[in-house]
Amino acid sequence: MSNTEKDKAQAGAEAAPRGLLAKHAILERNATLLLVASLIVVAIGGIVEIAPLFYFQNTIEKVVGMRPYTPLELAGRNIYVREGCYVCHSQMIRPFRDEVERYGHYSLAAESMYDHPFQWGSKRTGPDLARVGQRYSNDWQVEHLKDPRALVPESVMPSYAFLAEARLDTALTADHLRTNVTLGVPYSDEAVENALADLVAQATPDADTSGLEARYPNVTFGDFDGNPREITEMDALVAYLQMLGTLVDFEAYEPEQNYR
Amino acid sequence: MTKLHGAIILGLGTLLAVLAAGFAADGLFRAHALIVMLALGIATIVMLRQVEFGRAPARPDPSAYMDDPIRAGAILTVFWGVVGFLVGVIAALQLAFPDIFNIQPWFNFGRVRPLHTSAVIFAFGGTALITTSFWVVQRTTRARLWGGALPWFVFWGYQLFIVLAATGYLLGITAGREYAEPEWYVDLWLTLVWVAYLAVFLGTLLMRKEPHIYVANWFYLAFIVTIAMLHVVNNLSLPVSLLGYKSYSAFSGVQDALTQWWYGHNAVGFFLTAGFLGMMYYFLPKQAERPVYSYRLSIIHFWALIFLYIWAGPHHLHYTALPDWAQTLGMVFSIMLWMPSWGGMINGLMTLSGAWDKMRTDPIIRMMVIAVAFYGMSTFEGPVMSIKMVNSLSHYTDWTIGHVHSGALGWVGMISFGAIYFLVPRLWNRTQLYSLRLVNWHFWLATLGIVIYAAVMWVAGITQGLMWREYDDQGFLVYSFAETVQALQPYFVLRALGGALYLAGGVVMAWNIYQTIRGKIRNEKPIAAPLTAGTQPAE
Repeated sequence: MSNTEKDKAQAGAEAAPRGLLAKHAILERNATLLLVASLIVVAIGGIVEIAPLFYFQNTIEKVVGMRPYTPLELAGRNIYVREGCYVCHSQMIRPFRDEVERYGHYSLAAESMYDHPFQWGSKRTGPDLARVGQRYSNDWQVEHLKDPRALVPESVMPSYAFLAEARLDTALTADHLRTNVTLGVPYSDEAVENALADLVAQATPDADTSGLEARYPNVTFGDFDGNPREITEMDALVAYLQMLGTLVDFEAYEPEQNYR
Repeated sequence: MTKLHGAIILGLGTLLAVLAAGFAADGLFRAHALIVMLALGIATIVMLRQVEFGRAPARPDPSAYMDDPIRAGAILTVFWGVVGFLVGVIAALQLAFPDIFNIQPWFNFGRVRPLHTSAVIFAFGGTALITTSFWVVQRTTRARLWGGALPWFVFWGYQLFIVLAATGYLLGITAGREYAEPEWYVDLWLTLVWVAYLAVFLGTLLMRKEPHIYVANWFYLAFIVTIAMLHVVNNLSLPVSLLGYKSYSAFSGVQDALTQWWYGHNAVGFFLTAGFLGMMYYFLPKQAERPVYSYRLSIIHFWALIFLYIWAGPHHLHYTALPDWAQTLGMVFSIMLWMPSWGGMINGLMTLSGAWDKMRTDPIIRMMVIAVAFYGMSTFEGPVMSIKMVNSLSHYTDWTIGHVHSGALGWVGMISFGAIYFLVPRLWNRTQLYSLRLVNWHFWLATLGIVIYAAVMWVAGITQGLMWREYDDQGFLVYSFAETVQALQPYFVLRALGGALYLAGGVVMAWNIYQTIRGKIRNEKPIAAPLTAGTQPAE
């Protein structure tokens, strides 16, 4: 094809437009103008829909019981993200009779207010996990993660046995909390200073957990993975799963106050 | 800029990667730094071998088109297509037979699925878009690509992004946001590449020798600039360490969810729709040798499409903790979006008026027409699924998976195949493709694959949705979750079969393209001779 070939597609089959559409020729002759006009047109929708969520007070419900993740739960959540669990499991119960009966109270925006990133998911190849916390024992969770079909024969979940062999990397524990503080998660200075100690205390049997419990109400602790000798990725992930959906006190929650 | 300069910059990049690997805060970041080191190191050596010392570098003819990156892009589009489809078939088999391909942790489904989606969307689709946009913008402006060696940076820079994203998923490096999984430093790299891409494209438009900017370029331009906006905002995040892989998203919870789906839906709207509409607006009229049906329709549907698409994101969050007003807004705009989408379909299909006989004689036209037909079908299905009542059933099920595949396999895949079949003989100065009959085989394998895939996923999705909400006479839920998983097994097997057919079509294409580039012509019977005057039916 040569340079001088006239583009056949360019020749329109109809008469030149009149009126408003004729003005379009101005944009067609000015690439910069076309770029700016396109950018303005595509920016509007996002601004109108997203920006109000940051300043409408009623976007996030008023609830009792929400707290930031403990350092161990946060590490577990990062493993949940790393392994792509959100690809098959949602964490968002919709307000339908069947979902509420199957999984528990419908999810509130407040329950993911400290989630960077959110993990609501979009597909249920496996069940919703928003309220899986305390539904099964630690042993069940560990065995199920190691060999899902040993406990649920119909399951199509892969095995995560390697988590029990992987030591949890705790080198940057305080930095993880500090990063979250910068993004607005209300960890106290004390919580950041004690991050590593809190992580170890939560996963070690018979440890002194008074500081941990003071900083993180409703925390569960002990040996999660059945191996008290070291803190593994399995400890962290199970600690995270066991707290999912357990924080908000629904006795004190008034849905009528929070209609949006 | 000479090749020597290029080699020096690549060498410095290699050195930086060595330093990053040495000082890495965690093992995964170190692994990625080593991959970058390897890639840039090889590139440095290749570049140095091309340097001709003691001789003035040959200046390219400024009036000639720059087609070398397009040739490389055509080959890599085919390559990434086959890889992406293959990973898709593997992922499908993992769901049908969960104990095969059990290679922990690297090939667990949670890591393979992002690999599949990114391989088809960003590696196959993205390379196809960059490649075709470089061809189209030059031919419709009659100007050489702007920026000297910059198009090469865009091309290889984007390939490096693909390699980092793909290896990242298998290693466990992910930001955990669907279709935006790459971590912060990969995002930064893509931003740099994308700004260069915008510069090349806009620069070429500004240097054009045609007074008007052709409609295909409006769509490509809108795609490039909108993806830039979406990518930057959605990936705002704070790394834990500047030498570590992990970062935390700047937003949380409900705001994070809407930002992500504002991005996610418009990755569909602009990456997989606007960009490929640009492709359609050039290659379909060229292959049909007919002008675009309506210029007015193209103006109206262009502006309506890019304005409305952006609003549709909240339909991914129906009945969630997102405030109701945002959900309703998303639904209303999604339904309105049906019209400009069909404007594009009508403009594409009607371009064939007066040339419909080519459907019989030209399998490439057939491919492009079915692409537009699938575009029309999936942009009708989408608005239906965005209605809250429908969504309450379809959401979280395989119906959604079927929907995206009818769009991705049917529209994005088929229009790209058509463009590749158009481009390759012209890029390598061949009189024709190796075989039109193989194009026909590709067409039927792919079409059959899509039909099986979509139909099976409809049945699977609706079955699953109905089983979840099935009550007995006593008012109890009938099925446990595990029973609904078991019910889907046959559909998962059939889905893998549909995907395998589509993959087989891709392999046939790869062989056809390979032989065409080698200059071979297959000895075969012509598909159908054009009708001669004597065989015309009586008026």
